[in-house]
Amino acid sequence: MNFAEGKWTKEIDVRDFILANYTPYDGDESFLASPTENTQKLWEQLSDKMKIERDRGGVYDIDEHTISTITSHQPGYINQELEVIVGVQTDEPLKRAIMPFGGIRLVHTELETYHRELPKEIDEVFKYRKTHNDGVFDVYTDEIKRARHCGIITGLPDAYGRGRIIGDYRRVALYGTAFLIEEKKKAKSESVAAAMDSDLMQLREELSEQIRALGELTEMAASYGFDISKPASNTREAIQWLYFGYLAAVKEQNGAAMSLGRVSTFLDVYAEQDIKNGLFTEEQIQEMVDHFVMKLRIIRFLRTPDYDELFSGDPTWVTESLGGMALDGRYMVTKMTYRFLHTLTNLGPAPEPNLTVLWSERLPEAFKDYCAKVSIETSSIQYENDDIMRPKYGDDYGIACCVSAMRIGKQMQFFGARANLAKALLYAINGGKDERYGMQVGPELAPVTSEYLEYEEVRRKFDAMCDWLANLYINTLNIIHYMHDKYSYERIEMALHDEEILRTMAGGIAGLSVVADSLSAIKNAKVKPIRNEAGLAVDFEIEGDYPKYGNNDPVVDEIASDIVSSFMRKLRRQKTYRNSLQTLSVLTITSNVVYGKKTGSTPDGRKAGEPFAPGANPMHGRDTSGSVASMKSVARLPYDDSEDGISYTFSIVPDALGKTKDQKTKNLVTLLDGYFLETGHHINVNVFNRETLLDAMEHPEKYPQLTIRVSGYAVNFIKLTREQQKEVLSRTFHEKF
Amino acid sequence: MTMGITGYIHSVESFGTLDGPGVRYVLFLQGCGLRCLYCHNPDTWNPSCGKAVDSEQVAADIVSYRNFIRTGGIAISGGEPFLQPEFVVDLLQRCRKNAIHTAVDTAGSVPLSISKPIIDAADMLLLDIKSLDEELCKRLTGQGPENTLATLDYCEQTKKRVWLRHVLVPGLTLDKALLEEMADYLRFFSCIELTELLPFHKMGEFKWKELNLQYELGETPAPSKEELQMVKRIFEKNSLRYLLKE
Repeated sequence: MNFAEGKWTKEIDVRDFILANYTPYDGDESFLASPTENTQKLWEQLSDKMKIERDRGGVYDIDEHTISTITSHQPGYINQELEVIVGVQTDEPLKRAIMPFGGIRLVHTELETYHRELPKEIDEVFKYRKTHNDGVFDVYTDEIKRARHCGIITGLPDAYGRGRIIGDYRRVALYGTAFLIEEKKKAKSESVAAAMDSDLMQLREELSEQIRALGELTEMAASYGFDISKPASNTREAIQWLYFGYLAAVKEQNGAAMSLGRVSTFLDVYAEQDIKNGLFTEEQIQEMVDHFVMKLRIIRFLRTPDYDELFSGDPTWVTESLGGMALDGRYMVTKMTYRFLHTLTNLGPAPEPNLTVLWSERLPEAFKDYCAKVSIETSSIQYENDDIMRPKYGDDYGIACCVSAMRIGKQMQFFGARANLAKALLYAINGGKDERYGMQVGPELAPVTSEYLEYEEVRRKFDAMCDWLANLYINTLNIIHYMHDKYSYERIEMALHDEEILRTMAGGIAGLSVVADSLSAIKNAKVKPIRNEAGLAVDFEIEGDYPKYGNNDPVVDEIASDIVSSFMRKLRRQKTYRNSLQTLSVLTITSNVVYGKKTGSTPDGRKAGEPFAPGANPMHGRDTSGSVASMKSVARLPYDDSEDGISYTFSIVPDALGKTKDQKTKNLVTLLDGYFLETGHHINVNVFNRETLLDAMEHPEKYPQLTIRVSGYAVNFIKLTREQQKEVLSRTFHEKF
Repeated sequence: MTMGITGYIHSVESFGTLDGPGVRYVLFLQGCGLRCLYCHNPDTWNPSCGKAVDSEQVAADIVSYRNFIRTGGIAISGGEPFLQPEFVVDLLQRCRKNAIHTAVDTAGSVPLSISKPIIDAADMLLLDIKSLDEELCKRLTGQGPENTLATLDYCEQTKKRVWLRHVLVPGLTLDKALLEEMADYLRFFSCIELTELLPFHKMGEFKWKELNLQYELGETPAPSKEELQMVKRIFEKNSLRYLLKE
């Protein structure tokens, strides 16, 4: 291929390659091609298989006999004759593999759920080999175990893969594995110093593992008949090479989020040349993208019911970041960006890959309109604010999972699930005792004993409780990530990173709107705790009304912002594993239901066991001033103190967007522009009627592809648990007549 | 701090997409003198149960939404905005100072002597014509069409931008002869940019029940496809720009 040369020719620098070679596109979608006959046939065959998967209770098949590694399985195909992009995780599509290095007990539970048994010879292995989970529990303190048990910290990746690491899969296509191995060897030989300390030894051991993994990747690709040691020489190879890199990662790691990165603009460079040179037609290129996306739609991991409760709907977070602006002022929208979004039309809506548009006010109008149109038709896109992320992460970052921005190949995170701040508030009122179990979990501080809650006192005690929580939380994460690196290291993903990387320690909070409303109620109304025999506040009576978060009312919105900033300040004071940089997210995924279940009644009027609002959303039904007021409240939360992302899920009925199709499109664009100008970070856009969801609950067979955005990701509505479905229905739908 | 003028509102919608062009902040005022049979907001009739607000504070709130309403502006709806002329004029002027586009959604149900300052201060009017027919208009609303028509005449004189609105109620306004007469009347007005034809719906019926009011149109059906086709043909024949959402 004929590429403009630059820094990238001498050393690994994918960004430099993209900027020197890509062609921005500001036209509309009229160039896009419909699915080919092969694509339609292939998708039909795959849809049939997915129907069998649903009929079998969500799992098509399991290979419990083979520990999954990059090279563990023979090649598998959907239909080899029709596929232009190949490769599946095991020897058959949808067949799930076992990945026991995170925890062998987990694999047992997973198999039991689906009435399978772990073969003896595999179980034997783990009599001699420890897992990540074993390591973590060897070190956990009693205090951590209590906190975990009561759910003030939950969802921790101490028994499952942490995920949220994005390999730079583009490197495989651009350089070929031979060069990548050579570079890693060079780095290893340079990683020497006078003192052979634990940091250096760890680095050298990791580099050795990375080199080995790159070799396995080459071998796996060879089993499919491809020599990926050399760079890709056309679009089809570029997609295939890149996909092999990703495939190796999902064969090796069952990470909670296995995101793809930012590949479309990179791939467009190849497509532009191939089309210009007459090698491929638009139809052929779209076919490759459609087949690639089909593969991404069937990434599968074996998981437990407990896990599903936290992250409902079998998500894999194959997040692909689209669009955005380059630092030099050009938009990074290309024809390939359109082709990726167009898969939602060619193959119908789907939750994966998690298509994420990096929005800037300066994106071309035609592209904005196209995004809005696809959102209205499919509810499958999420949007994130490129204008606030670009200054922090440059123009070659991608989103891991839902909202976590990271420079591709230069940054990774230690995923930290989240701390339950609503519970921390109850601990502050109850002197560190858990309101459900009655046991002492937090420090034994003086409880609040007055008849009515007094704002200053509660605030002070909440602050002290959060000091304790922040310390306990980071200590717990330090243990988890030390052990994850030791026993379940992401070899291939890290092989596609630089050696010098930025690591973040990503904390999270749940229950933000509950705490903000509770404090607002205590401050602006009268809140009387109802205490049980043990003196614990287990319910609250509220006299009078109070300003609620989500109505653009600074009185309470400032409390919410303050909670975020204050918790972040506490995290920054903690010592972290590998000197990782502390960050925070306001994101619950679907765990807001589980957190709610584990938390007693709160001073905002929420009853024990009721779900929290997801992410940074206002509590269900309390944002009564219309969608824009709700957005303004969310947008006001400080991104600088929540750099790992602030998730907001927005649902609107189609008629509330406007009267005509064209108006609806324009109005949604206006809304997105407005939200992001107000410095909102993330938004899920759902456009549908409540009736559709009710019908889908009763007749799931009619809606195999009904996709909704829940909290930083999308799911098949019919794959949610009944409880989750009800929670989605109870959310605020912005509607009017 | 200078104080504004007190007005009485029913509610606020921060993302209005149905009242005027673009996205608008919609302020629903409390109080209306008409008693339209098909009204879907009867809870805005009684002038004494509104929430008191200050025009300066409302204007500040509107300005805070500037990023969201760049394609539209505000719409003052109701109730009947013409019943609170001082408040509305003051608010419109404050919006104009902040370069925010303004629309007033009215049935034009008060004499021009009262409404003129509002019309002058607004960028456009969303004018609801109930019926040109004196008798039918009285039956529908309790009042004849003369004030509405005077409002429209004044808009024509002053070249005020107008979007007309007309509700199509089967058995009442959805009548071929009446609609032909209306189209023939409207085509002489150059101030009318668009006519929004609104098919009757019963989504406000529950509010009548909540207020213990008798809802007369409980048995009236929504317009049929054929009926709506008929209306379209009439407007097309008269080369009138219209919007009819099906």
